[in-house]
Amino acid sequence: MLTKRIIPCLDIKNGRTVKGVNFVDLRDAGDPVELADIYSKAGADELVFLDISATEERRKTLANLVLRVAEKVNIPFTVGGGISSVEDVDILLQNGADKISVNSSAVKNPQLINDLASKFGSQCITVAIDAKQIDGAWKVHLVGGKVPTELDLFEWAKEVEQRGAGEILFTSMDHDGTKDGFANEALAKLSTELNIPIIASGGAGNKTHFVDTFIEGKADAALAASVFHFKEIEIKELKKELKDHKIPVRL
Amino acid sequence: MNIVIVNYGAGNIQSIKFAIQRLGFKAVLSNDPEEIKAADKVIFPGVGEASSAMKKLKESGLDTLIPTLKQPVLGICLGMQLMCNSTEEGETQGLGIFDVDVLRFNSDVKVPQIGWNQIESLQSELFNDVRESDYIYLVHSYYAPVTADTVATTNYGVTYSTALHKNNFYGTQFHPEKSSEVGEQILKNFLAL
Repeated sequence: MLTKRIIPCLDIKNGRTVKGVNFVDLRDAGDPVELADIYSKAGADELVFLDISATEERRKTLANLVLRVAEKVNIPFTVGGGISSVEDVDILLQNGADKISVNSSAVKNPQLINDLASKFGSQCITVAIDAKQIDGAWKVHLVGGKVPTELDLFEWAKEVEQRGAGEILFTSMDHDGTKDGFANEALAKLSTELNIPIIASGGAGNKTHFVDTFIEGKADAALAASVFHFKEIEIKELKKELKDHKIPVRL
Repeated sequence: MNIVIVNYGAGNIQSIKFAIQRLGFKAVLSNDPEEIKAADKVIFPGVGEASSAMKKLKESGLDTLIPTLKQPVLGICLGMQLMCNSTEEGETQGLGIFDVDVLRFNSDVKVPQIGWNQIESLQSELFNDVRESDYIYLVHSYYAPVTADTVATTNYGVTYSTALHKNNFYGTQFHPEKSSEVGEQILKNFLAL
């Protein structure tokens, strides 16, 4: 049976992990490659690297990092952050990324999704959508959730699917950082109305939140950062809990 | 051992090269027919869309070479699908090594299938030291139905061929290079053929 995926997310700046990571057994807590290796051994199903650098050399630095991760890690990984062209994607996939994710650039130029899907195949194109509720309506936001748009979450998600995205990574800005659980109502609606996998993001605080997002939120995968980085949740323990709730996981 | 990964411009081939490297071997990327013919093992990868991958294969003349190879050949993902008779994706004619037509998943399941699923009914030396129901990583929208050449199955709405074998030709729908220790064992088994 296809299992539900658990995905740690690593924020990257200038080739290094950004958020403090509480791994005592790490020689170099800032090295994304070493961290990725540890997560793959800990039972992560996939990894996401989100590049937040703003330097001119960022493309080259990221491409080098991808190559080093691919050399070491034997599970799939997705790379996102600032990707805005077919050329960007080409080099990242050539260097060994399994999937890439686009966010703001797809909102600004939706045709990019079609171009990427036809050149590389839908299976490696994830569209990340950040949204928050304004007067009860879910609106897509840009620049890490800072800039609101007029786009409705569900309409944009459907458009993204039609244009050839293989998967959606939905982050609720209302839930992100709260550790109060995922946006399960919106997730369930996305998962029911669309026919591509949905990754839940934003709000993970405890193991029950993951159980809830897979059952109530009908998510296909769940992504989190700090609960894993600070060892508040061990992936193996989390998967045991999910299994106890009859949720299929790779253990 | 001389391992060649067929390089015809179809997607992510670094991962398979690195996976072989992690097993202590070295693989070269090549689209040179002589070099491919001389290899001990040939890996035929493929990611992306079938008709454009087939077009690239034809442009390099490798479509006629691959079916004539005598050494063990492993097609991975789209590589495996192109070794079949045909695929619904882009109405593409395949290499005809495996006598089966590749179909698109029905919309009663989410398409593409992305993630870790299980391998069952294992019937090949490719799966030595691999257990029934072990997990492998898949990402695909099209599948090969069960056929006489099926040596492992996976279920996703339908039970389909997750691995095929005929003579010196092997194919896996899953990505052994991304399937953690299980995938490494399967690659190791292929290299030991």
